[in-house]
Amino acid sequence: MLEGLRNPWPDHRAERTLGAVSLLVGVVVVAMVVFVAIQAWPAFAHNGLSWLGSGGSLEQQISSMQATSVRPPASAYHLRAWPLIYGTLITTLAAVVLGLAISVLSSIFIVELAPARLRGIAIPVIRLLASVPSVVYGLIGILVLVPFVGNHVISPGEKVAVQNTVELTGAGLGVAIVILTVMITPIMIALICEALSSVPNSWREGAIALGVNPVRAMLAVTLRAARPAIVAAAVLATARALGEAIMISMVSGSRDFAPRLGDGLTVLFEPLRTLASAIVDYHEGVGAPALKSTLYAFALLLLFSAFVLSVAGYLIKLPLRRYQVRG
Amino acid sequence: MSTLVAYETGSPQPMRSGPGKRSSPLHWRWSDRLALAFAWIAGLGLCAIAAAIALYMGYRGIQYLRPNLLFSRPQVSLSQAGSGGFLDPMAGTLLLCAIGITLAVPVAVGSAVWIAEYGRPAWLARIVESSIEIVAGTPDIVIAVFGLALFQLPLFAPFSFTASGGGVFGRSFIAAGAMMSLIALPPMFVATRDGLQAVPAHMREAAFALGKTRIATIRRVLLPSVRSNMAAGVTLGVSRIIGDTAIVVLLLGGTPRLESQGSVPGLGLLRGTGSTLTSYVYENSPAGEGGAPQKAYAAAVVLMLFVLGLNLIVDRIGRSSAQTTGRTVTGGVL
Repeated sequence: MLEGLRNPWPDHRAERTLGAVSLLVGVVVVAMVVFVAIQAWPAFAHNGLSWLGSGGSLEQQISSMQATSVRPPASAYHLRAWPLIYGTLITTLAAVVLGLAISVLSSIFIVELAPARLRGIAIPVIRLLASVPSVVYGLIGILVLVPFVGNHVISPGEKVAVQNTVELTGAGLGVAIVILTVMITPIMIALICEALSSVPNSWREGAIALGVNPVRAMLAVTLRAARPAIVAAAVLATARALGEAIMISMVSGSRDFAPRLGDGLTVLFEPLRTLASAIVDYHEGVGAPALKSTLYAFALLLLFSAFVLSVAGYLIKLPLRRYQVRG
Repeated sequence: MSTLVAYETGSPQPMRSGPGKRSSPLHWRWSDRLALAFAWIAGLGLCAIAAAIALYMGYRGIQYLRPNLLFSRPQVSLSQAGSGGFLDPMAGTLLLCAIGITLAVPVAVGSAVWIAEYGRPAWLARIVESSIEIVAGTPDIVIAVFGLALFQLPLFAPFSFTASGGGVFGRSFIAAGAMMSLIALPPMFVATRDGLQAVPAHMREAAFALGKTRIATIRRVLLPSVRSNMAAGVTLGVSRIIGDTAIVVLLLGGTPRLESQGSVPGLGLLRGTGSTLTSYVYENSPAGEGGAPQKAYAAAVVLMLFVLGLNLIVDRIGRSSAQTTGRTVTGGVL
């Protein structure tokens, strides 16, 4: 056996072996889709597309699933997942919009404005932010930010105003969005910085020679040239934010409640749950087939969104390749 | 000559060099001044957040991290004083890294070599590249539930904890490690592929001219020359595995100690359940069952130190490789 390895390989055999190894990943992706789809099928089959809609209390629906036995009746699969989908959309959207503004501004700061010494500090510091594990963010959120918001930011009047529907503890939408923004901003900064610094310097110099100030040249020329990369960064960050499970499960209050935008600023303190954090919160209940199928349906929805975002990212990067900018 | 002298001495007002009055932000349009201010605020604000996190965790570490926590095993106890340390979770983290990296390295390096050096037929190469991209974009929680479905198959029963009734649990170090290899694979693949593509063509041509076959060139010339890229990729993969929580919470069984299954010593451990630093932090935070925030802080500090160390290693590899070859290992500014 070892003798065979030590002797030189015939080239065609090496090529086939390496090709087979490469295909393994493709097989895993197909298996992932198939497995998750098979497990999720009963949940969709019993509810149809109204599964995505709203109606009834999600908490009651899930607890009745947990109560069913090994062979659940068709009625046990009843679920309306809108509160979770809504929670996912609202956290992701808010974090990406906030993060986009912050990351574009701080990329300008890093590439253009910061003195060399400050840049030398800022880059490793932002890389550190990117590599902090999500559970550490969650821990800081639940032990520092949530009590602070609960005790000092929420006024007693706000707690009373919504006390009939939900209890405000501090854990909720606002804290989740803030931490999620901090988590996805470094990813976007990495991509945007790379794009900004790969725009030819002469373009910006040309603008400055025409008499505009450096900041305006940055905004009008360099940033505009890097637009596809900024969109690509936003897509990547969206994918990351959609799938964040552990941190959201820790700081979002974990209630199957859809924050009501009609409540004004109080909405920031209302608890919620996202698709990904619901899987973490309920994973101990996979013994009940109805709940198991429902959790896999959540996973299938996330997988589908990741697919769509991956295709979108590919399409966005096409014009980038034409300009030979790596995205 | 004379014109030059006239230019130098004879012009009534010497030309001003350097930036004129436009260089002072005080004379800019207000929108530009606003953009300038916000850019400084955003950049410095992010640095301040990072500094706050680092200082706060450092403070909690000094407060709660004691050497005996590192060397004692977790106990089941109601009080924080009696619940022991996190020796087992640290061992679990290392074991999971070892399994994940062992599984991921051959696949990542193999497919990177195939993509960069063979890559025929082109449609197949494209399928491989996009499936790795899909794996990179899939949330870890989805990978975790996929692992749960996979390892609950009767076929994989020998790899995990099996209940007395014959029900397959699907939770073990092998199950979690296999899924961890999926999240560690994309950075390793990208680093190796980019390294191979950056090797100048004349190195291959020289090897071919000496009569080496393609695979011999790869083994003796190309792979040794991208060693630092592979090292950086592996380090990135390790830091992904160390930081991941969702897969551990769903697939490792959540027992505080390493629990072996079966009598075979090595295999029993791999089939058994346990916890890692991340799941230890999660379980001891108010989100989990044990309300032991001091232990959670201490473990989180150790986790942060691991991650910082890995960051430094990537930095070091990147710097030394950039010195010798003039290119970065991971690509990009950050």
